[in-house]
Amino acid sequence: MQPFSRAQMAAKAAADIPEGWVVNLGIGIPTLIADHVPLEREVIFQSENGVLGMGPAPEKGREDPWLINAGKQMVTLRPGGSFCHHADSFAMIRGGHIDLCVLGGFEVAENGDLANWATSENDTAPAVGGAMDLGVGAKQLWVVMEHTTKDGRPKIVERCGYPLTAPGNVRRVYTNLAVLDIEPGLGFVVRDIAPGISLEELQAKSAAKLHTRS
Amino acid sequence: MINKIVNSVAEALAGVKDGSTVLIGGFGSVGQPDELIEGLIEQGATDLTCVANNAGTGHVGLARLMELGRVRKIICSFPRSAGSVVFEELYREGKIELEIVPQGTMAERMRAAGAGIPAFYTATSTGTLLAKGKEEREFNGRKYVMEHALKADVALIEGWEADRWGNITYNQSGRNFNPVMAMAADITIAQVQHIRELGELSPEMIATPGIYVKRVVRVDRGAPWA
Repeated sequence: MQPFSRAQMAAKAAADIPEGWVVNLGIGIPTLIADHVPLEREVIFQSENGVLGMGPAPEKGREDPWLINAGKQMVTLRPGGSFCHHADSFAMIRGGHIDLCVLGGFEVAENGDLANWATSENDTAPAVGGAMDLGVGAKQLWVVMEHTTKDGRPKIVERCGYPLTAPGNVRRVYTNLAVLDIEPGLGFVVRDIAPGISLEELQAKSAAKLHTRS
Repeated sequence: MINKIVNSVAEALAGVKDGSTVLIGGFGSVGQPDELIEGLIEQGATDLTCVANNAGTGHVGLARLMELGRVRKIICSFPRSAGSVVFEELYREGKIELEIVPQGTMAERMRAAGAGIPAFYTATSTGTLLAKGKEEREFNGRKYVMEHALKADVALIEGWEADRWGNITYNQSGRNFNPVMAMAADITIAQVQHIRELGELSPEMIATPGIYVKRVVRVDRGAPWA
């Protein structure tokens, strides 16, 4: 079994983003996706702290502490990029102007529900950030995450057990074992599978029915 | 002659009352009015409700204000950032109230307050714990949650340049929450690194027009810390 590495997961998602899309990347593995989109393929990356048109990470010695992304890492602005304030930035997000948002996840359900902000109703002080805005506002929502938790519990589920971030909006999941589409009314459909893993093994590590395209 | 420029941080913060709601700009340390927060610590107002994206880090700034027991409640989107040790402890001990607000809802609630809109509907948080107890309404087949405007007594913001009318420019991603917070408070206090002559700032570059700003103080903050 050869699970996809984090970089491979990011590269797979990156390969599926067409030129011209405006894309917001969440903190964690999703942030890595930008490194795998060549500059010639013009994808516009938005960061919710008011940056539209982020470029690659700055070269050493050319970092600018006034220019950061949502993960508080220093970034660059490409030609054509612009700044706006937080309400305008979230107007882009909530107003349906972002083509794609890619977030991390605790659980994704077959009805497209995403849980990624709190691990129980009694979580003392969970941090939601912009996840709920992005979860309902982007035209498409993809999730990049490990297929199971560290102790082997499936994160691909029939219904989320953790508190929801956004209901019914996830369309695709990239994990270390597979790429799954979510088809409304049907559920998870296997799109790609890591080398050396059988469909049966993948199903055994998932807590929802996996469909295949006939 | 209109002159909103004051000579010291203490003068800028004069008159902040106990029990005030205080908006604090910035995203991480970028655009965060560090000197004004220090000034508020000196000034002494207590029983505050603070609105900021994060719940402070380390033992300085907002975290210090909380540590001193001066903050009754914090409204933020991301309380659990690296180093938010003071908040975590106070919260565990039940010594501080927390209202978690999705980041976009937080920004929009302040923009609404500044624009005279008492409440609005948003799809954000529908079907989640954060929608509990809030009015829900359906428009065109989609569910929305009602959110109230978030008006404040005081806003502390950081700009890059200002003139004596209180017109403000920002440096790149230092803009973030600052312009919406400037709109939403009765008294908006700005710290900036450069004072320009009236007419020197390009009208096209002014991101916060002086109408929203009461006081301006110049400080040499330098670059944001990492």
